[in-house]
This record gives sequence, C-alpha cells and structure tokens, in this order.
Amino acid sequence: MLKISRYVLYDIVRNKVTLAYTAFLLVVSMSLFQMEEQSSKAVMSLSNIVLIVVPLVSMVFSTIHWYNSYEFIELMLTQPLSRKKVLLSEYLGVSSSLVAAFLVGVGVPVMLYHFDNTGMALILIGALLTMVFTSLAFLTSVQARDKAKGIGAALMLWFYFALIYDGLVLLVLFSFSDYPLEKLTLVLSSLNPIDLGRIFLMLQMDISALMGYTGATYKDFFGTSFGLIYTIGIMVLWILVPLWLALRSFNKKDI
Amino acid sequence: MIRIENISKRFRKLHALIQINTAFVKGQAVALIGPNGSGKTTLIKSILGLVKPDSGSIYVDGKSVAEGVDYRSRIGYMPQIGRYPDNMKIGQIFAMLKNLRAGSATHLDEDLYYQFKLDTILDKPMRTLSGGTRQKVSAALAFLFDPDVLILDEPTAGLDPLSSEILKEKILAEKQKGKLILITSHVLSDLEELVTDIVYLYEGRIVFDKKLEEVQRETGEEKLGKAIAVLTRRGLHKQEMAYLKIAK
Repeated sequence: MLKISRYVLYDIVRNKVTLAYTAFLLVVSMSLFQMEEQSSKAVMSLSNIVLIVVPLVSMVFSTIHWYNSYEFIELMLTQPLSRKKVLLSEYLGVSSSLVAAFLVGVGVPVMLYHFDNTGMALILIGALLTMVFTSLAFLTSVQARDKAKGIGAALMLWFYFALIYDGLVLLVLFSFSDYPLEKLTLVLSSLNPIDLGRIFLMLQMDISALMGYTGATYKDFFGTSFGLIYTIGIMVLWILVPLWLALRSFNKKDI
Repeated sequence: MIRIENISKRFRKLHALIQINTAFVKGQAVALIGPNGSGKTTLIKSILGLVKPDSGSIYVDGKSVAEGVDYRSRIGYMPQIGRYPDNMKIGQIFAMLKNLRAGSATHLDEDLYYQFKLDTILDKPMRTLSGGTRQKVSAALAFLFDPDVLILDEPTAGLDPLSSEILKEKILAEKQKGKLILITSHVLSDLEELVTDIVYLYEGRIVFDKKLEEVQRETGEEKLGKAIAVLTRRGLHKQEMAYLKIAK
C-alpha cells in the first residue's frame, strides 16, 4: 500500500499546488504573528482563517486530484491490487501531503511564536480537519462520475459545514430559547466538524466567559481531558465514516 | 481456465450483457467479435473485475473473480483506449508497474518493449504520445509479466502496418506456448491468422460460439469476413422471419 501512496505523493509534489498552499499558509501565519503585538491574538485570528480555509482547500484539492488521477486509478485496478488498497493509498497520499503542508505552513510559525495549549490545539484541529475534509471529498468524488458535479458537490458540502449549518443551529437556538438547550447544542456541535473544532479552540482561549450558560456548559465538558478525547474521537469518526462509505461505493463502481 | 456463468449487466436502460455463458481453456485463441456496442468490452472488463456484473459469476481457475484480486497477476490486459497518468513518462510507467509487481512476476518478457523501440523514448511524457505509441505502450505492458492469459481489446487499431505485424507475430508465439488469448477486433483478416475459436456477440447475447474451422465449413467460405457475413445474414433472416410471424 505504501508503494502506491509513494507514487501518489510524487505526483502531488510535482504539480506544486500543495507547495503554493504551504507558502500561502506560511505567509498568512507569519504576517499575523508579526502584526499583532500579543501572540495570543494572532493565534485567535489565525484559528478563524484555519477553520475556513483548511476545509475548503482540502476539499477542492482532493476532489480535483481524484478526477485527475482517474487514469492512474484505472491502471492500478488492472493490476493485482484490490480496490480497498488503491483507494486507501490514494487517501493516504493526498491527506498526508495536505497535513504536511498545514504543519509546515501553520504548525511551524505557531511553534515558533506561541507554543502553548492553544497553539497545540490549533495545530491538532487543523490537521484533523484536513483529514476529515479530504475524506468527505473522497466520498463525493467516488459517487459522482462527472467532474463538474463532483466539484460542485464538494463546494456545496463546504458551504453547508462552514456557513449554512451555523445558521440552522442559530435558528434552532432562537426558536427554542425558552428551553434548556445546553445538552442539545453539545450534540449539534458534534454534527459539524468545523463547529466542533471552533468550540474546542475557543475554550482553550479563555474567552468562553463571554459565552454565557452554554459557554459554562462547554467549559465543563470540553475543558477536561475527557473533552479532548471526545473531540478527537468525534473527528476520527468524521474521518472514518465517509471514508468507509466511499470505499463501499467504490467497490461497487464500474470503472 | 476462464468460466463465465450467467453474466448479466445493465447500464441504466441498456442491456450490455444478457445471460452470457461460456468457457475458455488454455491453448485457445478466442476472437470476440460483434458490432459496436454489442458488449465485447463489457465482457472483458467483467473478467478483469473493472465492471461488476449484476448477476452471474466468473471463475478463473475455479476461483470466483469477486473473491480476490490475485488472479489478475496472471492476466495481461491491453485496453482499447490506453489511458495513463498524463504527467508520467514512459520509463516511469514501466518502472512503477515493475516495482508494484515485484515478487509476483518471476520472469519479464520485454520482447515488445524492445521491438517497439520504447527504450529509446523513455523520457517522453504520456500526454505527448500519439494514439499509436500509446497502443505500443499498452501492448508492451500487457505482455511484460509473461501472463498465462492475454486479453487484447482491439490490439491492432491505430498501429502502423509494421508494428501491427510485430504484435501479431508476438501473439502467435504466445499462442504456441499454450497461453489463453482473448482478442476483440473489427479487422477480421487479422483474426483469421491468429484465432482458433469465434464468439459472436450481438446486443449483449452470444449468437454463436464455434471453432474457426467449423465456421468455415458451415458457410463454405474460407475468408472469415465473408463467413461471418453469411452467418449474420442467416441470423438476420431468422429475425426477420420472426418479425413477419408477429406481423401476421
């Protein structure tokens, strides 16, 4: 399996998009750390960018990469290699290159300027979100044979998780504001990896005091080491479930 | 060696294959012929596991192809349209496949690789290759691991006469070694020199599955092209009679 991933990685490194992505992240993080006097503020701004940009880039890049390497996948499948092996190697190649880009682009500056719990949390969430959205992109691209449809679906999913979902949650919270909703919001946040990441990050930043009762509930929950394990667990589920569904439909697919 | 039992496949409304039953053994060279869209490529892709049939099963050496992928190490496949990663070079493709198959392949057969002079253009990226050169790469790859079964989908289409002759000689040589060869082609004159059996597909069904001599004897035609024409006309005649009956 690692053999195939090596060829996938080689192909990705050659087309230089991930290098540009790394450079972009590096420029953004460095300039934020240079501009802000307090590095904790810089981490705050950086986390907002990470929560939007990382899912978008992971999703679009993985989708386009999938369609561009369709010939490669076809060639692999005429060899004595199982579909599971081919798909997982592709995933390993794509996600590891994106995670590496993130670690260099955001991880290194954070470690240089602001190496504490918050910084570590940012690196962790960014890396997990990269893997989650790569996995989701694999699911949509395996299902849609048409390139335009695949990219469209990937963008719609990103819109949903990054923007629409929050609106829906707010709507629910306002409509049922007379009821105790703390437990419900906890569940709702787990249904969106970006939200989960955002809450987890905010609670590392001591601004949860501004968030009222819900904030207090969150603090009780996510502030503990159980909260950390819970967050990682849910994120891992968000990686594994779409990947498993993608594999299932890839196994039935006609090439 | 390859046994096909009750294979059916539908693409939406199109019945690509309907209840196909047949078997191929070692030493046979089988021509799969039929008009465009009659299901030849779908049948081949089902054997390779690229297309998943809706029902029925295919066995290679008694093992179902749905169960494992190891059987593919014994099949050399030359696709109708060879599609390769655009930014890889010829040399890289060969190196990659050799690397991936290291261990399973005991002996490399590089005859075609040298006869097509691919070793002189190793640095050419795949996207710059002409259709014919792509075909040469596909052919060289199909024979590379010295497989027991060769599946060739339109092997001579797009090749120049010299290369086409080289390929045909290679196919004959492999046939003499007792390998199973499956060929689809529309160039029937190419086939009559190569094959021992004819399978004729029409709209997803096998119309006939006979020895080459049998076909020639039945129709009284020496040339395969004419023989097939006679047989299909007979088949059409039967169909027309059936329609007439319905009309009456």
